[in-house]
Amino acid sequence: MTTDAAEPLLDVRDLCVSFHTEDGLIRAVDGVSFHVDPNEIVGIVGESGSGKSLSVMSIVGLISDPNVVIEGSVRYKGRELIGLPQRALRPLRGRDIAVIFQDPMTALTPVYTVGWQIVEQVRAHEKLSRRAARRRAVELLDAVGIPQPDAAVDRYPHQLSGGMRQRAMIAMALSCQPSLLIADEPTTALDVTVQAQILELIHRLKDEFGSSVILITHDMGVVAETADRVLVMYAGRVAEYGTTRELFSEPLHPYTWGLHDSIPPLEGNRPTRLSSIPGSPPALTERPAGCAFAPRCTYRFEACEQLPPLRGTREHQAACFLPPGRRRAADRHQDQETSA
Amino acid sequence: MSAAIAEMPLLEARGLSKFFDGGRSGLLGQTRRRVTAVDGVWLQVYPGETLGLVGESGCGKSTLGRCLVRLQEPSEGELWFEGNEITHQSMRELRPLRPRLQMVFQDPSASLNPRRRVGELIAEPLRVHTRQSRTEIAERVGELLRVVGLQPDHYYRFPHEFSGGQRQRIGIARALALNPRLVVADEPVSALDVSIQAQIVNLFADLQEQFGLTYVFIAHDLSVVRQVSTRTAVMYLGSIAEIGPTEEVYREPAHPYTQALISAVPVPELDSERREKRILLKGDLPSPMNPPSGCRFQTRCPQARELCREERPQLKAFGGGRSVACHFPLA
Repeated sequence: MTTDAAEPLLDVRDLCVSFHTEDGLIRAVDGVSFHVDPNEIVGIVGESGSGKSLSVMSIVGLISDPNVVIEGSVRYKGRELIGLPQRALRPLRGRDIAVIFQDPMTALTPVYTVGWQIVEQVRAHEKLSRRAARRRAVELLDAVGIPQPDAAVDRYPHQLSGGMRQRAMIAMALSCQPSLLIADEPTTALDVTVQAQILELIHRLKDEFGSSVILITHDMGVVAETADRVLVMYAGRVAEYGTTRELFSEPLHPYTWGLHDSIPPLEGNRPTRLSSIPGSPPALTERPAGCAFAPRCTYRFEACEQLPPLRGTREHQAACFLPPGRRRAADRHQDQETSA
Repeated sequence: MSAAIAEMPLLEARGLSKFFDGGRSGLLGQTRRRVTAVDGVWLQVYPGETLGLVGESGCGKSTLGRCLVRLQEPSEGELWFEGNEITHQSMRELRPLRPRLQMVFQDPSASLNPRRRVGELIAEPLRVHTRQSRTEIAERVGELLRVVGLQPDHYYRFPHEFSGGQRQRIGIARALALNPRLVVADEPVSALDVSIQAQIVNLFADLQEQFGLTYVFIAHDLSVVRQVSTRTAVMYLGSIAEIGPTEEVYREPAHPYTQALISAVPVPELDSERREKRILLKGDLPSPMNPPSGCRFQTRCPQARELCREERPQLKAFGGGRSVACHFPLA
């Protein structure tokens, strides 16, 4: 993380993703900015519809909807990606930036063996003989912890279990040693014991390959254990942004507090009631002009009718008008409530 | 809780099994491949308690749940409800029991007819099972809407106009319509976002207190099960690995599988030493079509010994209302 702190690997500035619909232009991602340094894991958390996947997929040109409008700036190693034609993105995707999805079957074709698919990927980006590429495929399957890799390489995706398929997809994503891995809910469909294995693998990816990872998830537990920095998204905007340490020790945004408190504890006292966030996230068409969280927020006041800008230190910011004094008081109040 | 144990169980499974016969295989298709989804489960559900059923996908928890409310007929063993055996009763014979034995499903949208209004959907069980007049039914539906936290004017809306959390509330209102004694909820919150999940978990607790309900709560999320259950049963490959009072099972797991399962949960806390102490299980769940010899867990168990490969451990009580199926229990 210390190397090249000046120049991030990926720099996203004011990213907006909108869709032309019958009701006019609807903005699904609204002014999202963040950066990813070399050799770090950035977590993006948010509930369904918060725009977490959309903002990241639009970075690599994976939104194919003809009605989409993508604005803002995304610089990868200093090179602007927004506006690049697919032809120019293709050599980048797969080699420099790899993507893994929640459901491995969206990335694996059922009609070819796992090995064939890895070989194809390797040979699309590198000049390598079939035999050498196959050897690489076996090594990769071994590296991601698939037992008997020389047999697994000739299996079809349906012959593997969910966890093994997810590993095969990760092996495929790693085949060209990408500098940036985008993992979209990589463990959501998996059981906890298998999830633990995959998260360990993502850690190893950072430690051994020196890759950076953007980890999109809805699970605060996964973020706490995996990410170096975290972006909390709500209704298409960034609600809070900071190091994992700060986000969990001193969260600033009432939405982040709500997320923390909604999760039942695995140890210690069981609260008689969970403190939940009332209501549900707004539909994109009904997002309020001011703070999008205000209708569900217990601490809202007049100022919240305006759109809150991200404020705070460079390393820890929140889009909330609550003055720091009141915020700390509110946070303490929250603590007392949950411990009571 | 301990008082509840002394009572007669509301529902009891005695050596309950469920097989599914797969396609034919082998020469001339003579042998049928059999999947044992539920494998000889002994289980009591006591009045007023919430029994949590946890386990990973494919462990048979949903099939067990469906057998418990007789949406599926058990292949072997016995099922008793309110002191009557209901293992093989026909749908007709079961009908008088249905009002007292209800189920809530994971995906509320799949269980709600998209072309019916919410009021009609909630009224349906009342129309089928009671002889109440239209006005009585309408009144009851209004009451149910209020009880599950919906608005009276939601009566005339269609399911698609609701969010996931609200749809689950509708599913719960339908299950409650006939004043059930036992509700089996199969992953009722796992399709919901965390902030909504907490609302529904609270709703389950409120309704239990208000109506004296008994729950079997099936989920794969260990923190949610800990929050809602009085007792927890951990399932692995069709059988119960461990069962006991929730706090004790989580604090001091007796089965190596329970220990590994709990240790694998990522916790939203900083500096948790859990990652270092984590027990990483190797491999995946074995196929229920071809289960391992001896203990079902021996292929992945960090402490498996010779005996575990040879002899299958039975679920044995060891005090404090706890039972474990392990030759070398940890607690």
